[in-house]
Amino acid sequence: MLFKLSIRNMKKSFKDYAIYFLTLVLGVAIFYMFNSLDSQEAMLKVSESTRQMIQLMIQMLGMISVFIAIVLGFLIVYANNFLVNRRKREFGIYMTLGMGRKQISEIILIETILIGILSLIVGIFIGIFASQFMSILVAKLFEADMSEFTFVFSKSACVKTCIYFAVMYLAVIVLNTLTISRYKLINLLTAIRKNEKIKMKNPIISILVFLISAGLLGVAYYMVTGGVYELRTGEQLLKPILMGIVGTIGVFWSLSGFILRIIQSRKKIYLKGTNMFVLRQLNNKINTNIVSMSIICLMLFMTISVLSGSLSIKSALDSELEKFTPVDVNLYKTAYLPESYVSSYSGKTIYNTKEQIEDSKKPVSYTLETNGYDMNNLKDIVEIPIYVIPEWNLKNSLGDSYESTKSQYPMLAYDISESIIKISDYNKIARLYGEEQYSLKDDEYIVLCNYEQMENIRNQTLNTNSNIEINGKIYHSKYKECKDGFIYMATTEINAGIILVPDNFEVKDENTEQYLLVANYNSETEEGKQKIENTLIGSADTEFFKNIKNKGINLDGSSKISIKDSSKGLATIIIFIAIYLGIVFLIASSAILALKQLTESSDNKQRYTILRKIGCDEKMINKALFRQIFIFFMTPLLLAIIHSIFGIKFILSMLEVLASPDELLPSVIVTTIIIGAIYGVYFLATYYGSKNIIKDEE
Amino acid sequence: MSVLEVKNIEKYYGNKSNLTKAISGISFTINEGEFVGIMGASGSGKTTLLNCISTIDRVTAGKIIINNQDITKLRGNQLNKFRREELGFIFQDFNLLDTLTSYENIALALTIQKVKPHEIDKKVKEVARKLNISDILNKYPYQISGGQKQRVASARAIITNPKIVLADEPTGALDSKSARQLLETFEHLNKNLKATILMVTHDAFTASYTDRIIFIKDGKIFNELIKGEDIRKQFFEKIIEVQTLLGGDLNDVI
Repeated sequence: MLFKLSIRNMKKSFKDYAIYFLTLVLGVAIFYMFNSLDSQEAMLKVSESTRQMIQLMIQMLGMISVFIAIVLGFLIVYANNFLVNRRKREFGIYMTLGMGRKQISEIILIETILIGILSLIVGIFIGIFASQFMSILVAKLFEADMSEFTFVFSKSACVKTCIYFAVMYLAVIVLNTLTISRYKLINLLTAIRKNEKIKMKNPIISILVFLISAGLLGVAYYMVTGGVYELRTGEQLLKPILMGIVGTIGVFWSLSGFILRIIQSRKKIYLKGTNMFVLRQLNNKINTNIVSMSIICLMLFMTISVLSGSLSIKSALDSELEKFTPVDVNLYKTAYLPESYVSSYSGKTIYNTKEQIEDSKKPVSYTLETNGYDMNNLKDIVEIPIYVIPEWNLKNSLGDSYESTKSQYPMLAYDISESIIKISDYNKIARLYGEEQYSLKDDEYIVLCNYEQMENIRNQTLNTNSNIEINGKIYHSKYKECKDGFIYMATTEINAGIILVPDNFEVKDENTEQYLLVANYNSETEEGKQKIENTLIGSADTEFFKNIKNKGINLDGSSKISIKDSSKGLATIIIFIAIYLGIVFLIASSAILALKQLTESSDNKQRYTILRKIGCDEKMINKALFRQIFIFFMTPLLLAIIHSIFGIKFILSMLEVLASPDELLPSVIVTTIIIGAIYGVYFLATYYGSKNIIKDEE
Repeated sequence: MSVLEVKNIEKYYGNKSNLTKAISGISFTINEGEFVGIMGASGSGKTTLLNCISTIDRVTAGKIIINNQDITKLRGNQLNKFRREELGFIFQDFNLLDTLTSYENIALALTIQKVKPHEIDKKVKEVARKLNISDILNKYPYQISGGQKQRVASARAIITNPKIVLADEPTGALDSKSARQLLETFEHLNKNLKATILMVTHDAFTASYTDRIIFIKDGKIFNELIKGEDIRKQFFEKIIEVQTLLGGDLNDVI
């Protein structure tokens, strides 16, 4: 009997359940999709380092899933609470008919279980199909071979989804039972909401608050874009974030009053059709939902900037990577090790062995040859020493502008010696890298730098007075600015400055800081290169590795393959986490917005009935309703988009990625499609749901 | 000149096997400038009658002619347009929009008729002055009393210059003092502004303000009472008499 009642209830209140069901299904589908990656990974042919990256990504997604589950859990409880509240009167009638609280709880229990099972089935079904697209995406982002496409079903993800959601539904059931047990019959029967007092704000205060909030936002926007170089610590970043939050809340607090005021003064617009009514409705709605509107706006902001930001990082990284990895491998080691030094970590004195000290006086190739490495693996070998002298540190380089720079950037290490390379050594590397070669007179030097911020600092000096006295001789910079270039391969521009000096520049062997070896792998095929890579980088169990390990020689290096893999992997992990979080935030904010709109449907119904009674036709009413919901949905989105424009700029400038507009465009399009689809579905569901609720009953 | 002509209307509810006659053969005429009351016990069919006249409900048979137009023939948007332009409504529970000020509630009746904005302001202020509500125009419904609300509703009903104002138990939610004030407002509307008013009520005191009362019982006209030269007290007593008659049924006695 109760079962029958439950089913009939669900059929009857389908329009109320639509949003709830939609949210559950989307939640289940997304959860399954991101947890089913492990079984998709198996079918991809990828390199070992990429496989490790994928493993790392799966682990991270797994951890984030817990957080996601909590977000979804709260959302489901919230949505369910909305449904139960809407049906108070129905429960009241059951109780007057003699039904006990226990039986009412039972009805809700049956309904929750039914809708839970149904949403799980539908959600996982959608998830399974959507996850096929996910595997294509994974393969594309990791540049893996997808020749053997198979339809995958992840049993473990399915079980995991079921368990997580079962726990959430259990929480809903417990909470519902608690809510029901607290109900009083009289309150249930008179649960129709009374007309609430309309909170009206002083229009002058509204305008003031609006202007102040807009000002706050403007300053925050400036701080993260134009003034981004002023932000160096996390604490400083807190300021624009706080200003942004306060500004957003302020805008929502004052926005509707502000706009109402402006439109009221334009009688031609205000006194036209149902404009007056729609505006007042919105004013009322936004005023009573300031906090949730602000939260929704901020969630949308995070979604938009995280989604499009992460996608553009990926494309920017890919295009820059080629430029910064011109050869296959860089190998380097510290030269002229001291007999002992004090560890900066433990404070203990550490003694180097004789073998270590001997080896450190020789170039990298010596280490390779003497320890049994097959030099035939390498070709185009160039070896250079890199010097440091105590007389030439950053402070000396900056010269006159040191004081002003120090006051602006107190955190820089000014007493660290500059890296010095002789010009003929550099030209050898430049030739191999395909970079510009230089020549120097006896009293000239060149600064090589591509880290934008350091470039700006150094250029100040180079532009005015670049003279520097070393060993009684005056040198000056050949150019009035830094030259673009680098020595070490990296993912992006991180060369903070290298000094090129004439070959007759006086340095002792003991001033050698590092020996660098640059080479290509002696193989034409990708597989051959990967093989050589394994003999040098990684933990291969070869004689060479054993030898240098026994002697305690520390050989560092970076290779094209490893830089590419880690960069690709990192970007992909960021993208996946961003999409996962972004979509869930998006679902959460859309669902809350939709439920907020429907919650007041009973009040709305009354208002629209009045409109109908005084002669509005259905067309006018539907138009008014559509406009009301449209603006209600669009307002937080619009502010979020404005926020995001600056947010994305900030992300890009923080990561020192220079993305051109045409690189940004595709990611913005993808973001727009994702947001448009999910937000749009919720918007339409809300519109049709509301239309149903306010429908005339005759 | 007749404004409203009801010709032999019938209204049935339900299906073949279970038919309820809400109205069976009612006819009457209301002339321009008249203030007419309709009385009857609950279930007598008076609200159904009003709903049919106000085009909210549809008659099963018969004709309702307002301003020489048979409204039972109107459909869809014509009906809405007719309702917007020719009729004014006053409801028991005011039906004011709680989100709008009094001014806006009154103005709304004009804006949905697409009246020009500069005319609206003038008209609202004028009608507010006539109904003595100028000082509450900027207040919200929750800030004013029930009597004031009903006067705002009246202003909204007459601002469009309707052919006939239909009032459904307008005093139902008011205390006696407010009710009297409202009825005096109606008298004022009727006498000085020449508004034609059709009011449904079950309260004898409220009905005593009208010129003529049509009594309805079981979907038929039971009696008609004309005030004529009577003062209100005499008219009131006559109404009570009819009501007593109306309350009892010969069949009940036997």
